[in-house]
Amino acid sequence: MDVKKYIASGILELYVAGELSEEQNLEVHQYALQYPEIKTEIEAIESAVLELTKSVSPGLSSKSFENVKKQLGHVIPLEPEASRPRAPFTSYIGWAASILFALGALWLYFENTALTSEIEVVTQEKQSLEEEIKRNRNAIVNSKELLNALRAQSVEVIALGGQTVAPDAYAKVYWNKGNQSLYVDAQGLPKPPTGYAYQLWSLTLNPLTPTSIGLLEKFAENEEQIFEFDNPNASEAFGITLEPEGGSESPTLEQLYTLGAVGP
Amino acid sequence: MDLETLIQNFQKKDTAAFQQLNKMYAENICGVINGILKNPERSEEVCQDVFIKIWNNAKSYNPSKGRIFTWILKIARNAAIDELRSKSHKNWKKNLYTDNFVGNFEGADHNDSKVDSIGIERLLKGLKQKCIQLIDLLYFKGFTQKEAAEQLDIPIGTVKTRNRSCISQLRENMKN
Repeated sequence: MDVKKYIASGILELYVAGELSEEQNLEVHQYALQYPEIKTEIEAIESAVLELTKSVSPGLSSKSFENVKKQLGHVIPLEPEASRPRAPFTSYIGWAASILFALGALWLYFENTALTSEIEVVTQEKQSLEEEIKRNRNAIVNSKELLNALRAQSVEVIALGGQTVAPDAYAKVYWNKGNQSLYVDAQGLPKPPTGYAYQLWSLTLNPLTPTSIGLLEKFAENEEQIFEFDNPNASEAFGITLEPEGGSESPTLEQLYTLGAVGP
Repeated sequence: MDLETLIQNFQKKDTAAFQQLNKMYAENICGVINGILKNPERSEEVCQDVFIKIWNNAKSYNPSKGRIFTWILKIARNAAIDELRSKSHKNWKKNLYTDNFVGNFEGADHNDSKVDSIGIERLLKGLKQKCIQLIDLLYFKGFTQKEAAEQLDIPIGTVKTRNRSCISQLRENMKN
């Protein structure tokens, strides 16, 4: 900063006169602390003003300060600078308007932020709704396919009845010999205990030979509890046993839940 | 004791510090008030009121916002203008705008007046009328730069630089 130029600008004379804004006053004060030349200059200007104002003093009586001291208890409040022949009212209107404007702008900003986040939320909701619609459509398509598969003319329905371990259990097998597809409706089976799974067997009777068709995997997660398999065997009967997870080579007959023979 | 310490003590309601400030500035403050009122007796009363005000409001002074003399000067100007308004009703504006502090001793009976006319003549020696008017408006009457520019019919940008050169001349005269 150019101290000489700053001094020459005449700002310090106005500082002493009390004619600067609050901001400018702070600035001059800071510079005065920072640059000794500025402080010295301010003091010199003040001395000149003091000399001048003193020269027009009417001369004070010797009791002047005593009179002041006597009245020190009395509180005379400072008046704001409303006493000069100007109209401060108009200047306040400007301030009031700018404060109102600032508040308005702030309000709009917050309103805008709120709306933007609302739009985000709504967009997300829309997306998840679209996904749900898609899922439902797929579910309908699956159900129709399933229904068509079960309704086909060549499908044989075999009812499997409950055995000793679970007399109330039941299941149904829908077997299409033509395309070798097979559906098991396992709704009548109890939920398998953890670590175990149901296994579907194809049986030929003379002699009794079991062949594994597959496991009823993820039993609990399958809402309809309809399982699809391929069955190329010449099955004469079907059985469902409870086996350790992963299945067994041959059925555990003590854990035979349901059994049913294919009709003639 | 430096000025900072004196101000601190004054703000802690130390009467000795207050008396010191009064001693330092009373004549000047009364000079400013008399420059506006042109009435020595009344000026002295207003001047005393000003010092009572600054004592009662000592805490409201903030050194970072200006010199303590400037703070008292502003209070004094307001008090004097208030007084002028309440006493001379219709003519107060006319008095405020047409007179200046120099009118105080011009035409007065020098032997009778307590005003130091020799001192002021020495100080204002060589100062043009436009300087005296500007100093009067800015220091005595507390006009803003804009108001002073309008009153003197000069560009507002001129106020700051002209005032600087006027005060510089005053400072030169002080040395002689």
